[in-house]
Amino acid sequence: MSIFIDENTKVVIQGISPTSQALYHGLRNRSYGTQVVAGTNPKRGGEVIEGINVYATVAEAVRETKADASFIAVPPHGAPGAIMEAAEAGIKFIVCITENIPAKDEALIFHRLKHEFPDTRLLGPNCPGIISPGKANIGITSGDIALPGGPVGLVSRSGTVFYQAIYELTQKGIGQTTGVGIGGDPVPGTTFLDSLEAFEKDNETKAVFLIGEIGGDAEEQAAEYIKSRMTKPVVAYIVGVTAPEGRKMGHAGAIVSGSKGTAKAKMAALAGAGAIVADNPSSAANEIAKLVKGL
Amino acid sequence: MDLYEYQGKQYFARYGLNVPIGDVTDTVQGALAIGEKIGFPVAVKAQVLVGGRGKAGGIKIAENMAELQTYAEQILGMDIKGHTVKHLWIQKSPTIAKEYYASFTLDRSVRSHLCMVSAKGGIDIEEIAVSDPEAIVKAHIDPVEGITFEQAADIAARAHIDEEAIDKVAEALLAMYRCYIEGDADLVEVNPLILTEESEVVALDAKVTLDDAAAFRHPEWEAWQNTDEMDPRDRLAKEKGLQYVGLGGYVGIIANGAGLGMSTCDVVEQAGGEPANFLDIGGGASADVMAAALELVNQDPKVKSIFINIFGGITRGEEVANGILLALEKITHTAPIVVRLDGTNAEEGRSILAGYQGKALFTEPTMTKAAAKATELAGVN
Repeated sequence: MSIFIDENTKVVIQGISPTSQALYHGLRNRSYGTQVVAGTNPKRGGEVIEGINVYATVAEAVRETKADASFIAVPPHGAPGAIMEAAEAGIKFIVCITENIPAKDEALIFHRLKHEFPDTRLLGPNCPGIISPGKANIGITSGDIALPGGPVGLVSRSGTVFYQAIYELTQKGIGQTTGVGIGGDPVPGTTFLDSLEAFEKDNETKAVFLIGEIGGDAEEQAAEYIKSRMTKPVVAYIVGVTAPEGRKMGHAGAIVSGSKGTAKAKMAALAGAGAIVADNPSSAANEIAKLVKGL
Repeated sequence: MDLYEYQGKQYFARYGLNVPIGDVTDTVQGALAIGEKIGFPVAVKAQVLVGGRGKAGGIKIAENMAELQTYAEQILGMDIKGHTVKHLWIQKSPTIAKEYYASFTLDRSVRSHLCMVSAKGGIDIEEIAVSDPEAIVKAHIDPVEGITFEQAADIAARAHIDEEAIDKVAEALLAMYRCYIEGDADLVEVNPLILTEESEVVALDAKVTLDDAAAFRHPEWEAWQNTDEMDPRDRLAKEKGLQYVGLGGYVGIIANGAGLGMSTCDVVEQAGGEPANFLDIGGGASADVMAAALELVNQDPKVKSIFINIFGGITRGEEVANGILLALEKITHTAPIVVRLDGTNAEEGRSILAGYQGKALFTEPTMTKAAAKATELAGVN
């Protein structure tokens, strides 16, 4: 099994054009084996780009192709509208890799989805996407670094460390069920918690590799879940152990976050919850290897 | 982007929040002219992007022109925690009856906006957060629904704001929320928000951080670019569109992605080296961007070796390799370069670099090996 996407997932690429980022990555996703069934562009309805049928709207694409997932790489000012268009058209899984979306827009989108489309999951923004090796790949992860078959699930805030982690496992011959890049923005659509819950339920996932990052308290929330609910082992690496302390957001930042947010606090919370905490991607992969050997 | 207090107050005024009458200047003569115009007493306030100005002597109350001259002379050019005072904000001093605290920011842990209000405002608000947390009321605001006058008044009442000030504080909260939302601020904080003896609610201070990602819909922010307070390396990085943080060590670091950049610093330190900087060339970086990054790191005289760590997603290996070669033609570098390249089109990239191996350019297959090599080549230990 895999989580969130599999070989039956049908993807529509929003904002497709012959020169778009979305097309470049969409074609790579397709050659990986992902079912890329449609593209959308209000100005290019009816065209065929690289064998992909283009529709003017997502609603039309869904009606014609039964697409159930979408991929968004449009610029920041257009991304919130694209996300809502997908949700309104009935798309259940939206991957948005767009960087630099204002935080206000992200917060608004997240809550609009929660109110109006509670069954729709947004991954991102500002994330590398998701890969279920051997089944489907939506986003910018290079498919050839992943190894199908499990038993490890990955979830990461950082993009490039996500690739690094997948690659380290593959080098050791350890397969992955799904890798989820949740992105590092202040308001992610999908969190560590969502991914851990899904991995916990997934039969093929036997262990989870979690890659956290300094800032926020998503790792602390993950630690609480690991402690209280998770039966599967988790290996964690927190990026930024040596990073200097970031600037504080006025008094408000200090009042809200207290001591949370530092790599040390996150590592302590995860270790306290029973996760194995490593201090770089390679040693984390070694810990995973030990776990997998013992399965 | 952090705003100076005077810029924050200008921003507040635009959204209907009361601020004291005042003006900004960067000369003593200018300060005197403002004093003459607005009348005494006035507060003379150093404009720097750092907290603790009052305790450092950067805020004084002048009762007359002579005092204003003395304080303006004292404060202009003063050093506050490494920041030189170049601007003064001169404002009419209101009569303070009460000092409150109010702020809006994003609470990442629940992905909602957070409003915080306290009747115990003033310089010790962070201590109060620890010693008397109940004195600070925290209320989440649904981004879809926003905040109503009734909600704002309720928050004020729960924060024990004086009865007669509740309506005016609620109005102030609505103005702050507009500034936070429509103004695309990451933080809007007023400490103290005062009640004057004339029963007016006024923002005596202003702390505003703008969300840089929203700059595309705020052309008015252009005038507020506070680049004069930036480290020269930071300014160069900003011009080149690179995310750069100077760190003080001797292994220069170039990576793609903030996460990999930080992770690279981690492994360099674990290998016994000290990172000179954090530099993220971003996703999809072209050869030109790589060349600019290498130029920037090479300009730092403390750098003894350079570690380029790239894992390709959007960024393509051959672009990285071509960028390195492009940069090498442009710069004279003495620091040896260690490259570790993986991911999208990594093989193409590695084969481009293969012809240049040795002397000052080395490639390593893994991140930890490359960190060890870069540390060794720096020759500091």
